[in-house]
Amino acid sequence: MTGSGRPTATGRLQRLLALVPYVVNRKVVGLADTAEAFGISEADLVDDLNMLWCVELRSPDPYCPIDLSYEGGEIMVTEAESMYRPLRLGTDEASALLIGLRLLAELPGQQDRSALHRTIAKLEAAAGEAAVVSEQVAVHMDGRAPAETQAQVAKALADGRRLHMSYYVPGRDEATERDVDPMRIVVVQGRAYLEAWCRRAEAVRLFRLDRVIALESLDVPAEVPTTAERVDVDSGLFRPSAGDIKVEFELSPAARWVAEYYPCEERADLGEGRLKVVLRTPDTRWVRRLALRLGEDGRVVAPGELADQIMADAAQALAQYS
Amino acid sequence: MSKQKTERLLSLVVCLLSSRRYLTAGQIRAAVPGYPESFDAFKRMFERDKDELRELGIPLETGTNAGAEEEVGYRISRQAYELPEIMFEPDEAAVLGLAAKVWQRAELGGAAAGGLLKLRAAGIEAEETARPGIEPRLTTEDASFGPLWRAVRDRRPVTFGYRAAGREVAQQRSVEPWGVVNRNGTWYVVGFDVERGEQRVFRLSRIEGQVSFAGPAGSVVVPPGTDVRKAVRDWGAAPLSSRPAELKVRPGTGYGLRRRAEADVPGGAGQGWDLVRTSFSDAGWYADQIASFGADVVVLEPVDLREAVIRKLKGVLA
Repeated sequence: MTGSGRPTATGRLQRLLALVPYVVNRKVVGLADTAEAFGISEADLVDDLNMLWCVELRSPDPYCPIDLSYEGGEIMVTEAESMYRPLRLGTDEASALLIGLRLLAELPGQQDRSALHRTIAKLEAAAGEAAVVSEQVAVHMDGRAPAETQAQVAKALADGRRLHMSYYVPGRDEATERDVDPMRIVVVQGRAYLEAWCRRAEAVRLFRLDRVIALESLDVPAEVPTTAERVDVDSGLFRPSAGDIKVEFELSPAARWVAEYYPCEERADLGEGRLKVVLRTPDTRWVRRLALRLGEDGRVVAPGELADQIMADAAQALAQYS
Repeated sequence: MSKQKTERLLSLVVCLLSSRRYLTAGQIRAAVPGYPESFDAFKRMFERDKDELRELGIPLETGTNAGAEEEVGYRISRQAYELPEIMFEPDEAAVLGLAAKVWQRAELGGAAAGGLLKLRAAGIEAEETARPGIEPRLTTEDASFGPLWRAVRDRRPVTFGYRAAGREVAQQRSVEPWGVVNRNGTWYVVGFDVERGEQRVFRLSRIEGQVSFAGPAGSVVVPPGTDVRKAVRDWGAAPLSSRPAELKVRPGTGYGLRRRAEADVPGGAGQGWDLVRTSFSDAGWYADQIASFGADVVVLEPVDLREAVIRKLKGVLA
């Protein structure tokens, strides 16, 4: 329905049924704006308008129920029979929106709670029966970060303030200090991240809020360069790069969580619940630590040098106990 | 093909919406272009069309006109069809836009976008928030999410293969699903496990193979007062009492442990070692975490935690 790929006949029908009231409710509306709102090309929109205009009922007397024009790039609907209102919300539509609204309303640090509660109430009333089943879906996201950290970051965002941050980098087991200009908070796979312009790296970075050690709101306005690009969090936070090392792990049933937790390139069943996975990483330090944590339940089999290094790490650690 | 079908369905909707009276199949066939000549072929196509309209949520009514001894006819009641009058303030329209974005490319992303489009068709302008906000995302990588959502929505029982934590093989489970819950990014289904005769929680990422419907729509009854959110919160979260631990940590390392330390004494554990006092509840989990720091962190107390770390490290060498 949103124009990705070729829509089915019913998908297109849904669009046509929304298109008429969309134009009617705006009296006159531009082709380009409308195409953008529906997520389709102008050519597809013109096809849609022609199809609507061509609707003909043959009986009892032949007539065309819809009259419209789109001359000069402006759409007007002069006759729309009984299609002035959009179809009411379906169960999936009402549920998807209500689940999203309720999730937003419960987030720590949320600034728009009043607008969210008003919107939820209106939508529940408009959707009626279709809204009921959405109660059977619950989403709980605390961002796995201290609520005060999240609230402090949200406030800096709202006030447009620069933050000074002490941030833990687990791969290097290091606390780092930096100034950042907040852009937004994203919560992906249950974890809250601050997306910010990092003045130390001079680049956009995502910071996991549960790894923020200390925060200070500075008396300086945030200055995000206009060239700063938002991270496309929807195509995944993990972006492989050419210089990555491929690490092959063999996991026992007790360590299968690794395959759920980290993005894996390859995955093969070895039988008896054992799994072989391949992870890609630019930095093997965290892999060495992961291997120590997994013990006999997860073994690095390649590259060989990394496997040897992990054995040496374990032997050294064990020597502390003798 | 598809274009003709869209045209036919569109004409059918307009025809049925425009009529206050029930129209018989014959009257519909005469009014709506695009149906085949043969009456049997028309009947088959018309049946499919009716199903498709109902799937879109179009309230197609069946009945006969009062006072007439006619055959059954069809109409779409405008009152049942139309989105009720609804107005949103600019700040409300803005949060609606954010709510639709929550799903993005996930399972209900199309439904969220479609719902938003209907609201915009009703005259609501899409507002972009001026203020940077909090943008949560729900993802549905688990293939079982779609069928389980439909099962919950339509109140249908299901069966699926499930590999419980640490199990070597998946077992077939029969479940009357009561709800789906996302807790910090992980999806769960809560329901009645038919064979075990009690409420159970399943993690979607541990479902293997297809989820199959095992009964008709409407056959699952959610017991009144069921709190699916609480069921997931309580699941596997047996609270353990917290115990103290004493660690020696190399200076400049072990930040992950020091962050939650109750005491951190530089040089407190002899030459080149800081003394760090922490607490833990699950020795196995804490030993894993300590082992990950290798030779930089050593457990002094308690003995069972110390031994758990030693076992873990020996496991690496085994």
